[in-house]
Amino acid sequence: MCNILPIYSNRFIWLWSLIEVDCELKGEPVGRCHNSRPMINKIVASPEAALADVPDGATVMIHGFGNAGMPAALIDALIAQGARDLTIVNNNAGNGDTGLAALIKARRVRKILCSFPRQADSWHFDAQYRAGEIELELVPQGTLAERIRAAGAGIGAFYTPTGHGTRLAEGKETRRIGGRDYVLEYPIHADYALVKADRADRWGNLTYRKSARNFGPIMAAAARISVVQVREIVELGSLDPEAIVTPSIFVQRVVRVAPAMMKAA
Amino acid sequence: MKKLDRKQMAARVARDIPEGAYVNLGIGLPTLVADYLPASKNSGREIIVHSENGILGVGPKPPEAEIDEDLINAGKEPVTLLPGGAYFHHADSFGMIRGRHLDFAILGAFQVSTSGDLANWHTGGADAIPAVGGAMDLAVGAKKVLVMMEHLTKEGKSKIVERCTYPLTGARCVDRIYTDLAVIDVKADGLHVVEIVDGLDFPELQRLTGVPLKRLATAA
Repeated sequence: MCNILPIYSNRFIWLWSLIEVDCELKGEPVGRCHNSRPMINKIVASPEAALADVPDGATVMIHGFGNAGMPAALIDALIAQGARDLTIVNNNAGNGDTGLAALIKARRVRKILCSFPRQADSWHFDAQYRAGEIELELVPQGTLAERIRAAGAGIGAFYTPTGHGTRLAEGKETRRIGGRDYVLEYPIHADYALVKADRADRWGNLTYRKSARNFGPIMAAAARISVVQVREIVELGSLDPEAIVTPSIFVQRVVRVAPAMMKAA
Repeated sequence: MKKLDRKQMAARVARDIPEGAYVNLGIGLPTLVADYLPASKNSGREIIVHSENGILGVGPKPPEAEIDEDLINAGKEPVTLLPGGAYFHHADSFGMIRGRHLDFAILGAFQVSTSGDLANWHTGGADAIPAVGGAMDLAVGAKKVLVMMEHLTKEGKSKIVERCTYPLTGARCVDRIYTDLAVIDVKADGLHVVEIVDGLDFPELQRLTGVPLKRLATAA
């Protein structure tokens, strides 16, 4: 296998495929890979390497519902990386002192979009929210999911019945369609998505585990760069094509994180 | 009068869930209904519980040794999956809700109005941190919205009101209210009392509730 670039985006892969074709046409070797064809390889050595280029001010989706699906190793790497002024999209606003809560505690989050910030152990968010130090956009859970889905699916906006007649729809366009009232909602795009899946191959095809699937597939599709931590990386072709939940086109980087590390947070 | 306790309320609601129903149980009091659904009592009826984080066919809580952190319900409690159960992502899960595929949503409430408005997500307090979760989706999406709540506040005020004073979760969305005192249907022409607990008569229920109630012939 030839690891050409440590960090992939779709654009790199596209460029590389052109180089490959070009070299083949000229009968020349491709890059440093003298004896083998270049291969798509989205596997990155570490969470730190996978998130090295996250800039200040980025919008970052973080997968997970409670601990199920929470990419703890990626969140830890994002904290260590130091990007500030982030807009975070998650269902909640952090629990306890680890994961998203630790990112908030480190004061890296300027704004959060979520459906359910208030929890018994959301003290870091609660304190910053009450002090006016963090902005909250509260979104009904299904609207949050659909706005994320819409971003990945190229939808410009959509009408949903959820929230009509409530304060969460105040100031929004509404419309009556077929006797039912709807609220106009817009997609949520992201620069990065941090996702936890169960298994991946080097193309970035993903399977998930039980209710840990939750926001993973839609966040992977909605972000420009999706970074996925997985329990196991398997040979290309060994994932059952009927069982792949997120096809590789939605994934840019894959990092294997041993289950023991996954549990640490 | 014999007020129903929380378990009796859950058992009463469970009695009305028919064979083959797809049901979402809200966090808190409605979660108790799972313990009384016929499937869990081997009565022969099959009922499929939906959890909005992406499960159909939610089974009972596992023994401690079998807890799996990847298998939790909307209240983030460990659960199991029944044979025939399925997992799916959040957008599909809420598509099921908004798309009118769920037969019942059973929700807790702070207040329900005489026209079926529901308030259950926010006390409206200045210092309160708002959190809505999936409540607004369930309120507008399920074919039938059943509310489970105590009839009166701790101060003795009726939680069934002319107009909700707390921020709304959904307008005109509640179909039936189960309280510790009565079962009440919300209809276009007002509130119809279906049942009253033993030892409480209609005039006294009317006095406690404040807003106008209609009496069904079958109600005690």
